[in-house]
Amino acid sequence: MARFEFRIYVVGGTTRARRAVANLRGVCEAHAGDDFAIEVIDVLSQPDRAEEERILATPTVIKLAPLPRRRVVGDLSEADLAAIALDLTDPEGSVKKGLER
Amino acid sequence: MSTAAVPVPKLPTGIRGFDHIARGGLPAGRSTLLAGTAGSGKTVFAAEFLARGALDFAESGVFVTFDERPEEIRANVASLGIDVAGLEATGRWAFVDGSADLGTDEVVGAYDLEALIARIAHAVDAVGASRIVLDSIAAVSPRFSNPVGARTELARVVRSLRELGLTAVLTAERTSSPAVVAQQGVEEFVTDNVVILRHVGEGERRRRTVEIVKFRGAAHRTGEFTFAIVPGEGISVIPLALISMRQRASAERVGVGSAELDTLLGGGVYRDSVTFVSGPTGIGKTLVATTFAAASAAAGERCLLVSFEESADQIHRNATSWGCDLSALEGAGLLRLVCEYPEVASLEDHFVSLRQHIEAFEPRRLVVDNLSGLERIGTVRGMLDFMVGFTSHLRAARITSLFTSSSRGLLGGDTLTEAHASTLTDAIVLLRYLELEGVVRRALCVLKVRGSAHDHRVHEFTIDDHGLHVGLPFADHTGILTGPAMRLGATREPAAPEPAG
Repeated sequence: MARFEFRIYVVGGTTRARRAVANLRGVCEAHAGDDFAIEVIDVLSQPDRAEEERILATPTVIKLAPLPRRRVVGDLSEADLAAIALDLTDPEGSVKKGLER
Repeated sequence: MSTAAVPVPKLPTGIRGFDHIARGGLPAGRSTLLAGTAGSGKTVFAAEFLARGALDFAESGVFVTFDERPEEIRANVASLGIDVAGLEATGRWAFVDGSADLGTDEVVGAYDLEALIARIAHAVDAVGASRIVLDSIAAVSPRFSNPVGARTELARVVRSLRELGLTAVLTAERTSSPAVVAQQGVEEFVTDNVVILRHVGEGERRRRTVEIVKFRGAAHRTGEFTFAIVPGEGISVIPLALISMRQRASAERVGVGSAELDTLLGGGVYRDSVTFVSGPTGIGKTLVATTFAAASAAAGERCLLVSFEESADQIHRNATSWGCDLSALEGAGLLRLVCEYPEVASLEDHFVSLRQHIEAFEPRRLVVDNLSGLERIGTVRGMLDFMVGFTSHLRAARITSLFTSSSRGLLGGDTLTEAHASTLTDAIVLLRYLELEGVVRRALCVLKVRGSAHDHRVHEFTIDDHGLHVGLPFADHTGILTGPAMRLGATREPAAPEPAG
């Protein structure tokens, strides 16, 4: 089991989906090394999975582990903001340092 | 784009009374914005739209909820007799749960609402839905940290509903300001069809109203219509002039229980007609009403006697004093007494209650004694709405009815109801006290019988232990109806009471 687990809901086969997954991977590599796993869910082929988490928007990323869970909507095109929103800045402490928590 | 003005077909909602004011229902295959303040009944309307579709038209529906959890909605509408879980179990209702207890989602970068569209499409496909509700669309955009983008996306969701061929009800919160239909950002992409629900104070009472602001390319009635939310039934819109023109005018006559009065009316009243009996207190209106009810039951026609004045005991006792045994008729299932205090409910509630009694008993005739009790609790406008709506309902149900009303002065003068009665009723009988040479006498006049000749003279009448008796006309007096009566010409011997029956 990877230390960092993510699930990302996308509309399969779209440019936005590919970009979002690539951006998530980039953020993970920057902040989680190689100890992460990403599950990609296509809401068109698996609407039931979107129903479980009451997903409205695509892309939506859920950080499942470590807790607490985080939900972020969007294609994560701004890597620093994505890292903060997903609460990934702690291990390195580089971004979070100095932020009020 | 469309060329000719082809009217948009309608989809009947099945909500009581609404399809009449909507001239058939909601525009089919389109979205209608249902705007209202908190507590105005939006979710109830939306849920009933789906439930009626499933139960009355075998049309499935999808309920997309952004405010409450599905279990909350199931519980909230259960009191209206809507078994959501049962409809879900039989595949006629599906929820798409977009409720918000997860809070605002952080937004980083571009996004769309394709997940919502995919879930809706999936649910629509699963139950074969043709109806859909989004409750409330105003709750969606605040969930995202950039609401402007969400609104644009929401417009796409609404377009997708149309592509799926769905008839949609989109609810939206509304501020109490009359100028703004819905909170900003909602109305801009669903402006074609707008319905507003209101819950407004009027005097000391609160009144629920529904107004169809517009249906693009489709007819509807204008103005605000009162509605009630009835436990076990749901919404009941009380339409003003629901059926403005009578479909069929019956030529058949019905006796009112007094051969003499029948003669003055030109042979009784027409079946399905509305008769109005007006007069001051104590003159014999209740007698006329009771006689009519007893005659109906004696002729084998079920009659509902609604009293806003007297208890069942009093009605029985009075009838006995006129030689009429109501208990036997009740026992035979031909008569039902309903005695209610006007003050215990609003006019809308009384309307609904009367309608329920009519549906339960299915009478051929109905008597209401007396309307003045209702005048006390309603506004002028409310009373007019009630009368128009109720008489229309009676005509549609083909019930012959008789209403009594008290006039204010002992010797004449009209009532609030009387002022409007001529347009609503088919026959009007006025009862008046008359003081002649120091003696108070009773006068009766048939003011009109629609579509029939009748006796225009003012007759004396008397009451004894066999009921009402019509005597001779006051041939040589004038001003009897308006008072004071003036004698014409020479002295006339006072007419003796005429027990001519």
